[in-house]
Parts: sequence; C-alpha cells; structure tokens
Amino acid sequence: MQWEVVIGLEIHTQLSTQSKIFSASSTRFGNEPNTQASAVDIALPGVLPVMNRAAVEKAIQFGLAIGAKINRKSIFARKNYFYPDLPKGYQISQFEVPVVEGGQVTIRVGDQDKVINLTRAHLEEDAGKSVHEDFHGMSGIDLNRAGTPLLEIVSEPEMRSAAEAIAYAKALHSLVTWIGICDGNMQEGSFRCDVNVSVRPLGQKEFGTRREIKNLNSFKFMEQAIKYEVQWQIEQIEDGHKIQQATVLFDPDSGQTRMMRSKEDAHDYRYFPDPDLPPLVIDEAWIERVRSELPELPEAMQARFQSQYGIPAYDAATLTSSKAMASYYEATVAAGADAKLASNWIMGEISATLNREERDIADSPVAADALALLIRRVMDGTINNKTAKDVLKKMWEAGDSADAIIERDGLKQESDTGAIEAIIDEVLAANAAMVEEYKSGKEKAFNALVGQCMKASKGKANPAQVNEVLKRKLG
Amino acid sequence: MSLTQADVRRIARLARLQVNDTEVAEVEQKLNGIFGLIEQLKAIDTEGVEPMSHARDVALRLREDVATETNRRAAFQAVAPAVEDGLYLVPKVIE
Repeated sequence: MQWEVVIGLEIHTQLSTQSKIFSASSTRFGNEPNTQASAVDIALPGVLPVMNRAAVEKAIQFGLAIGAKINRKSIFARKNYFYPDLPKGYQISQFEVPVVEGGQVTIRVGDQDKVINLTRAHLEEDAGKSVHEDFHGMSGIDLNRAGTPLLEIVSEPEMRSAAEAIAYAKALHSLVTWIGICDGNMQEGSFRCDVNVSVRPLGQKEFGTRREIKNLNSFKFMEQAIKYEVQWQIEQIEDGHKIQQATVLFDPDSGQTRMMRSKEDAHDYRYFPDPDLPPLVIDEAWIERVRSELPELPEAMQARFQSQYGIPAYDAATLTSSKAMASYYEATVAAGADAKLASNWIMGEISATLNREERDIADSPVAADALALLIRRVMDGTINNKTAKDVLKKMWEAGDSADAIIERDGLKQESDTGAIEAIIDEVLAANAAMVEEYKSGKEKAFNALVGQCMKASKGKANPAQVNEVLKRKLG
Repeated sequence: MSLTQADVRRIARLARLQVNDTEVAEVEQKLNGIFGLIEQLKAIDTEGVEPMSHARDVALRLREDVATETNRRAAFQAVAPAVEDGLYLVPKVIE
C-alpha cells in the first residue's frame, strides 16, 4: 500500500527582548541559576504581570512578515498544569484569540515551490528548567528562563514529507532571524520544534491518528525523528495495530522515538481568560509603523537580486539565505565587482572556507570590499582565476589586500604578447610529438599544450591569450 | 448540563484538590448549582454581543522593554524549604 505522510509543526521561538514578557528581569542566557528570577517569575503571592511592549511589537513584525491578520484585540489565557518549573501552576498563553492569525510561508524542496499556510502565532511565557542530576533523590529547579517571551507558531498540517517539514522549519528559522525577532540559537533553545506526524493510505481524505514529537532542537534530529516515526507508524498499521494518539520524545542516541504520555493522561489544560490581564489592544498606527520599519524580506530581495543584478534564481536564493550573506554580496558588488563573479566567489570559495572553519559570513576575515578588489583584478586581467584562488587563501590568512599579495609574490599575469610567444615557441619546440598528434586530428593534444605553456609560465600567463596565440601558431 | 461524581473526582485530581468520598456528593451538588445559574445566563439572547473576556473595559497596559530587576536570590531562597547550588530542590520529577 502507498502511504501519505501528514506533518504539522508547532515552533516555539524565543523573542529577543532585554526583559521578560511579564517582568523586568533580564532574559540573558547562561547566568547563575535563579539570579534572573524576580518575585513575578517565581510567582510570589500578590504579584501582577505587566506586559512587555517589545514582545508585542515582535509578534506584529512576524505577523506582517508572513502576511497574516494581526488581531486588533487578543486575549491572554491561563493554561493550567502542575509542574515544578511552572511556579504559578499555570502558563500565561493565548487561546481563543491569538495575536496573529493565518499567514503563509513559501518553501522550496528540490526545484518545487510550495506554500504552507499557518494557523496562528500566539504570545506566551516560557517555563523554567528542571535539572535532573542527583540532588539526593531530588530535582533542581532554575527559574531564570521562566517568563522569557515566546511566540508559538502553529502551521496547518500541510507538509507531506520530512524534507518539506525541514524546509518549512528552516524557512521560518531564516525569517525570524532575518526580521530580528529571535536569535535563532537552537543549542540554547531559542527555536524549538514540536512535530505532529500521522500517516494515511494515499488518496484517503481523513487524517490518520497523530503522534507529537516534542522539543526537537536541531534540523538533523528533526529529520531522523520524522523518518523513524513515519516508518514506525506504517509498520504498526501494516501489522494490524491502531495508532494511539500520544506525545513522544526523540532519543538521538538510539535514533528512536519513545512514548512520553498517551492520550488517556493527556493534559486537560482548562484554559480560561486570565483576569490579571485585560485584552491586548493593537491600533492601526502601531501596525503601520511596524510595517514601515520592516526590512526587505527574503522573497522580495530574491526577486530584486535577479532583476537588479541579472543573476540566476538559484544564486539569488542562496545569497538571500541569510541577511548577513545578502548584505555581504551587495557590498561586494557595490565595491565594483561583477555581479555574477561576486555571486560565484561568495557561493563558492568564501562559503566553503567559512563552512570549513565554522564561521559566519559576518565575521569573514576577508571583507566585502577586499573580495571586490580581488575580483576586479580578475576582471581587468591582472591575475587569472586560478591565481586568484591562491591570493584569496593568503588574504584569508594574513589579512593583506589582493594588490599587496600580487605585488609581493609577483603574481601579475603575463599578458605581454612577446613574452607569451617566447614561452609558446619553447614549449612547441620541446613537445614536437604532441604537435604532431594535434596536427593528425587529436584535439586533446591542444589542451595538453596549453597546460605545458601555463606550467612554463608558472601559472601567470593569461590563459585566453595562450589559447589564441597557440591556435595561430599551430593553424 | 450536570456533572457526575466521576467528573467531580476528575476535576479535583486536575486541580490537585483532595475530595474524599463523603465530600464528593456535596461538591457535586454545589457545582451543579453553579451550572444551574450558568444555564439561566445561557438563556439570555446574546446575539451580536461580543464575548467579554475581562470584567473591566480597559486595554492591557504595556511597559518598555528594560531589565531593571536585581538579583534577589538569597532573599527568595531564604524561605524555600530546600535549595542547593542556587537551585530550588523539589521531589524528583522524571519525564
């Protein structure tokens, strides 16, 4: 039987604010336990939450960026459950009326574009952290994270493969970091994914029963977890079992998912409007100001790169995969590099070296204007492409300019026709056999002769000129 | 709508309230009394009326995003039953 996979995602993004959503505690990561937990965060009696304006603004930014509806009035609700890292006994969240409704994100899998619809995005507070190391049979609780603002982004169940789910999560990750509402740091838990997975016979209308994989904090684990879960569900059904609704965890060590809780003891959160918080009202002027301050979004920038710089769609998509890379590219072109050459260098040598050194393009040792100068030296024929790669390596290590390295190491390309002719004459005299081969119709011999000339010039001869002169002499 | 004793036990468990067997009947009766009042309210025609989420007709107050709280861990933990290495200690929780 042919099976179809159905996936929906809930993504918790930590909003990059200075202070918490309902208190004036710092949100900084990694400080001593409980040093950033105020009376509000630890829920001492008599305290009241006061909403952080920046958290609301970031939610508006997100809503506008995905073309969603911003609710002019949204409501905070209490989500009730008991856990030691949730000191109030409820989490302040949004239920019936979230701040953001609808919206769309376009993903690309292979060379296919697909639009994924979003259900909603709502504001809520994060819980604290439980430390399960051994404290004489007790657990430790750190409430520094309690009250950190989250935007929970919920998609429609519209993804049909692990690849689509990953593409969607990556697209959202890139968008929230692009507009600057989230630092995107997955190791520190700033971007956490819950994945709802079900399978159904291909062509069946009704969804199968879903299981939710909780708290995936890397794209690699997400892919492994979905693939394992899909296979597991199909095998269960083919063996005649029914899928029970459940929440599961992914164990990276075993590569398997395991049950956390079944539907029977699933939470009944008994949501109700929080009497501590009147409705959140967002007026037109606020929305319009945020709209006017939104940066150019990746999709719009991609289209502009294609028309303004005349580069292919693939290049435009790659160069706009992060804001830092896009501005690096634009700065390189602005400093005089050819648009397509700049694209090739950035997607090629620069990206490869950055990846190898696990560095971000924003911290590239070779700045955009330095790269532009190197490319200009290729454009004006001072050095050829191969030499340019060596020069880049040296620029990377020493931080010198392309001109300084070309001058110091005597790398200037030989474009003097007389000198090139002299080299070619020598090569032709020394390789009479190859010349014969070429004359008897072996085209390959020509390339071998070009190679010999380049070698004789120590790589400095202008390859185009060598070709031209060689053809003339052999012709 | 009316609740059964099983509902009462479930609600009590979710709220972590201890309701013993003799109390269940009494709580059931009281809760059903409240539901009776709700039934009366539901009989009112609310066509076209926006649902009210808060008793006062005010908008949420917003504060500027500034971290001004200082570290008061020592004071807060002085009244905690058990602490270690800056952490609050609680009966072991395992997911």
